[in-house]
Amino acid sequence: MLDTLLLSRIQFAANISFHILFPTITIALAWFLVFFKVKYDRTQHPVWLRAYRFWVKIFALTFALGVVSGITMSFQFGTNWPGFMEKVGNIAGPLLGYEVLTAFFMEATFLGVMLFGMKRVSPKVHTLATIIVAVGTSLSAFWILSLNSWMQTPTGFEIRNGVVFPTDWFAVIFNPSFPYRLAHMLLASGLTAAFLIAGVSSYRLLKGDDKKAPQLTLKVSLTVAALLAPLQMFVGDLHGLNTFEHQPQKVAAMEGVWETEKGAPLLLFAIPNEQTKSNDFEIAIPNMASIILTHEKNGEIKGLNEFPNATPPVKPVFFGFRIMVGMGLLMIVVALYFRFTLWRNDTLAPWQLKALVAMSFSGWLATLAGWYVTEIGRQPFLVTGVLRVEEAVTPVASDNVLLSLIAYLTVYVLLLIAYIRTLFYTADKSVEVEEYQRPSIEENVYA
Amino acid sequence: MLDAHSLSFIYASLMALAILLYAILDGYDLGVGILLPTDDEAHADTMIASIGPFWDANETWLVLAVGLALIAFPLAHSMILQALYLPVTVMLIGLIIRGVAFDFRAKAKTKRKSMWNKLFKIGSIISAFMQGYMLGLYVMSFETNVLAITFAVLSGVGVVAAYALIGAAWLILKTEGKLQLDAIRWCQVSTRMAFFGVIAVSAVNPVINHSVYERWFTSDIFLLILPIPVICLALFVLLDRILGQLKSQPDVGVWLPFLISSVIFVLCFFGILYSFYPYVVPGKLTIFEALAAPESLNFLLYGVIVVVPTILAYTAFSYRVFWGKVQPLSYY
Repeated sequence: MLDTLLLSRIQFAANISFHILFPTITIALAWFLVFFKVKYDRTQHPVWLRAYRFWVKIFALTFALGVVSGITMSFQFGTNWPGFMEKVGNIAGPLLGYEVLTAFFMEATFLGVMLFGMKRVSPKVHTLATIIVAVGTSLSAFWILSLNSWMQTPTGFEIRNGVVFPTDWFAVIFNPSFPYRLAHMLLASGLTAAFLIAGVSSYRLLKGDDKKAPQLTLKVSLTVAALLAPLQMFVGDLHGLNTFEHQPQKVAAMEGVWETEKGAPLLLFAIPNEQTKSNDFEIAIPNMASIILTHEKNGEIKGLNEFPNATPPVKPVFFGFRIMVGMGLLMIVVALYFRFTLWRNDTLAPWQLKALVAMSFSGWLATLAGWYVTEIGRQPFLVTGVLRVEEAVTPVASDNVLLSLIAYLTVYVLLLIAYIRTLFYTADKSVEVEEYQRPSIEENVYA
Repeated sequence: MLDAHSLSFIYASLMALAILLYAILDGYDLGVGILLPTDDEAHADTMIASIGPFWDANETWLVLAVGLALIAFPLAHSMILQALYLPVTVMLIGLIIRGVAFDFRAKAKTKRKSMWNKLFKIGSIISAFMQGYMLGLYVMSFETNVLAITFAVLSGVGVVAAYALIGAAWLILKTEGKLQLDAIRWCQVSTRMAFFGVIAVSAVNPVINHSVYERWFTSDIFLLILPIPVICLALFVLLDRILGQLKSQPDVGVWLPFLISSVIFVLCFFGILYSFYPYVVPGKLTIFEALAAPESLNFLLYGVIVVVPTILAYTAFSYRVFWGKVQPLSYY
């Protein structure tokens, strides 16, 4: 029987998974737009303006989906998870409040100027509006990741009468996992946007678009990807070490370590078995997990057996981690190799363009897999060591939650299809536009 | 460090301000959506262009209002939203559809444009109606009997009319020619509907809510608060006359309908506030009982003091940039 707890969890997971797709693109795409716009201001070369104009349309669409799917989140704390605010609202409240105040209004207001104000304000003010939108999206990431990290590694608080009170706001905001998670997520956003731009630019080139803009955006995005992908591996490793220190049970699930062991192997593949508390079909590199996590051949890794009644479900964390790392490695290879080809030949082979089209949404896959690792890895807690998930759930009847869940899922699936189709349709339309053509009435946003 | 009592008052005022600004600002957006013609694409384009640069920021006031409830009065937030679980879900889906239709209608294939136009209109109507419906249930202390539901439906229709009124007033200000004349006509119809809506809700409310009756009619300051409903009703009559004049002279005083309908919104809002203050959940929870920890609210208050004036300043800047009659929206 589906109870309110399970349904509420599925609903929140569905909502936040759908929501995160769009900010993951816009956080970094905003900075790409700043780059295109500043380049245009400096060189006055129309190709930069074309690049800006094409991607600002995608940005507007993506941003709108992010906004509307984000609004539901602020309601669900009350509708489905009242225990969360009752217990830790004194911490979560101000962090969410600062996000709304310092980020949401700024992004939303200057987005209007950025999208529709180019003729109405000076070029400088317009570029400034673009920069403010980019700063706003990054600030929003700052606050929400601070709250998420606090839920993973809570510090700077005390508990009085069963309720959490802040004692040190600096320790709350800059909690131990926050710097790593923020860097990891911002880089993930950079890679997601870079591969999206590379994929859509390749799509246009394959469709016979011989204008300069898609070639240029392909080059810029592959350069960014080639820089960020290796950096992400380095930051991801630091983030993993931080998790090993503060949330060892999560790392045990990621690595499939059931019993504490010294010289633990790195499992390339395995199927974790919750019944036998062991792994089936292991393919492993001896001692490698210990070397990565402790930098010692026989370093000790705590197993899941050390955390009775506080272990996350192993399978999703284990596989999520491997999907994320696999995608990350693929991105590194593709970005470096393709960027090298571009440097050598000044153009990519058709199979390379096709590969990039196929990888348009690889950032989504890696980011979602990574979030599943970190969020499911926190279970059974909502706030590590402070609040369990089942303590926070709503008393609302399960039928109502089932209804709302079905409604949300239907809308989300339809919107995702519409989004992806519209993205490539916008690319199709841009193929037919003449190079440096003056903007015409047909290109109006809402016309 | 402010004490709990002052903080209750400050945060309740901020929340009230956010709700009022939301109702006026997203009210005109949703109103334009409600009025969107499905058979005249050129007019639909112009109407949506008139709200294009603003709707996103306008909707953010809802996030702030709900956010402030969540932050300052978490118990009230969860009590209200659980009682309104399904209506909230329906309203959110309405807002989602309306929000995405903005962009999809412009970017999807031409043959799908009229579908997104319709979805834009339907999303706006659903959101507006559900907001009024929830307001009605709130006034009825979340009871679920036939009387309460009927009142809530009435209130939902009232809010649709009120949003259509302020939306039409916005269009009178921002458009020209035939569309402006249409807007004047729409404004007149919705003024009359909203007028009867306000009268019906104001008459029914004290009859079925004893505490509201006492608050209004056995109060020492009855004469002080009497101007609220009197001025409100007078403004409706004045608005109707102005609209009559605008028909023959559509250039004189185009900003008056929007100004007057905003003042009507403010007065109605004060009427509701006065009926329930200091309760945040009618009959159950006051703003002084539901408060979060003062140390948290003080911490956020620094931000509020610095940021809210800044928000108002750049909002004003944005309205100045897009001042005047609407032009076709373009990204350039």
